[in-house]
Amino acid sequence: MIRIDSVTKRYPDGTVAVDRLSLEIPDRSITVLVGPSGCGKTTTLRMINRMVEPTEGTITLDGVDIMKQPVNTLRRSMGYVIQNAGLFQHRTIIDNIATVPRMLGWGKDKARARAGELMERVGLDSALAKRYPYQLSGGQQQRVGVARALAADPPVLLMDEPFSAVDPIVRKGLQDELLRIQEELGKTIVFVTHDIDEAVKLGTMVAVMRTGGHLAQFAPPAELLTDPADAFVEDFLGADRGIRRLSFFPSAGLELLTAPIVAVDATAEQIAARATGDAPYLLVTDLDGKPLGWAEPGELTAGEIRQDQLLACGRPFVAGKESLRAALDCAVLSPTGWAVAVDGEGRAAGVVSQQTIGEAIRGAHAERRADGKTDGKKDSRDSKGSKKDGTTEKAAR
Amino acid sequence: MNVLNYIDAFFSDSAHWQGYDGIPTRLAEHIQYTLEALAIAAAVGLPVGLLTGHTGRGGNILALIATAGRALPSFGLMVLMFVLLGLGLAPVMIPLVVLAIPPILVTTYEAMRSVDPAPVDAARGMGMAETEVLFRVELPVALPLILSGLRSAAIQIVSTATIAAYVSFGGLGRYIVDGLYQRDYEKVVGGATLVAALALVTLGVFWAAGRLSVSRGVRRA
Repeated sequence: MIRIDSVTKRYPDGTVAVDRLSLEIPDRSITVLVGPSGCGKTTTLRMINRMVEPTEGTITLDGVDIMKQPVNTLRRSMGYVIQNAGLFQHRTIIDNIATVPRMLGWGKDKARARAGELMERVGLDSALAKRYPYQLSGGQQQRVGVARALAADPPVLLMDEPFSAVDPIVRKGLQDELLRIQEELGKTIVFVTHDIDEAVKLGTMVAVMRTGGHLAQFAPPAELLTDPADAFVEDFLGADRGIRRLSFFPSAGLELLTAPIVAVDATAEQIAARATGDAPYLLVTDLDGKPLGWAEPGELTAGEIRQDQLLACGRPFVAGKESLRAALDCAVLSPTGWAVAVDGEGRAAGVVSQQTIGEAIRGAHAERRADGKTDGKKDSRDSKGSKKDGTTEKAAR
Repeated sequence: MNVLNYIDAFFSDSAHWQGYDGIPTRLAEHIQYTLEALAIAAAVGLPVGLLTGHTGRGGNILALIATAGRALPSFGLMVLMFVLLGLGLAPVMIPLVVLAIPPILVTTYEAMRSVDPAPVDAARGMGMAETEVLFRVELPVALPLILSGLRSAAIQIVSTATIAAYVSFGGLGRYIVDGLYQRDYEKVVGGATLVAALALVTLGVFWAAGRLSVSRGVRRA
């Protein structure tokens, strides 16, 4: 565990970048430091590998003060990923990744073999091994940056806005990849970003920092969205935190209607039987059961159903796997106001109205509140701990 | 008689190809002066440029020294050194070295400063020692510019080393100085042609050195 204990960084000109910050970073999870520019999040990260040395306070790694060991030994035990990757342009991709193993004295072949494994792990085509960084896209370069940091299998990974410089689609891919890698490797990751969505998506714990280097709140993302500590955190989370919080509610409990679904080759009797009146529309699927579009029962003539007559059903959500947020999004975007649920293979599993989703959301909120009173003890103790730090900090000021 | 005739006459005269005043001897002397001066200038300019560029300190003082060095007239300096130190190679070498240090020093400093700071930060963050950062991360990227500084220094030395002849030394300047004195324009033009050719060969040598020593990943820029 990394423990930051009332750490202050004051520069010779008097600027205080981090002010009496205390934080416990749990093992084998992603802790995100998030906040506006000038909040000291990057300084905090850089103090962990001593790229910046604290003015006051201590940082311990597994109980050992990081100032007690040689700085380069410390840094070699932590992967370091920065914005724009910072690849060595004179080295090939494979040699970039092999850098730290080579520094640790591995033979060239062993280090390259290891680098090859990592290319695969971060989703890089092995054909890129002999290329140079300038021949890669920004997203690929960032993957190389992650692979290079993981090369010597360090227990800790420090990531400083690693995905800020790539476009949103590539960024989403990189985030998903990081979550997948983390599931496999279970590193202790400290991740700095200014993007609250990224923080909520990646963080097991999220530390929101405010200008002047103060910790505003330290909590799991769901708790952050439900119960922001103060107006600053609430403001920083943005206007749609209610909607975003739905990401943490599963769609598994949604009651799906299976009746208003017909196949494209349905007979007149089947169409009549399916038009039960539960839903104003029928969902038409292809012969595999994949959704094609919506139609009013009266518009459908058996044997003559054509896709261009149908109302588009848009992107469906995967029942049980995706959250209530995805379900609500589908319903809101659907021309009929009904969301289409599919199974893992993309076959229609049922349809659900905005009203039903709304009821499920209310139900989930009620359940969370009830939970909070009983087994939420553990969580609330954690958050109380950090809040207490926050208040003493304020009092001290 | 035009210049081409002079050149033709100079190089086709077999007497010019042998003996202590022959082309091979003079060329070898000229190359020797050049290499010696370049080696001394590089031994001073490279380490100072690398170190100041790496730390980012001392850039202003460097610019001052470089400007002062450039302002010194080589010929005047040589005559002065000759008067002060007497006959010897030192009065020849000093102006050549003083001439060559500024381009080496300034371009090396600039080359190191222009290295992208992101990989340097990454290198430190992954636990590289400062010397490794300098030689394994910054130098390979700064190399093309550093070579260009060495190249302009080398070319300036090649063309200026002709002044050695004024203080009774050899080199290709011998033909020019003697030719002017003897009003033998064939010799003057021949010597000048050799100096120009040697400058072109120097360019070629540095081009080849760049191809061999600069990584393909850096060269494309």
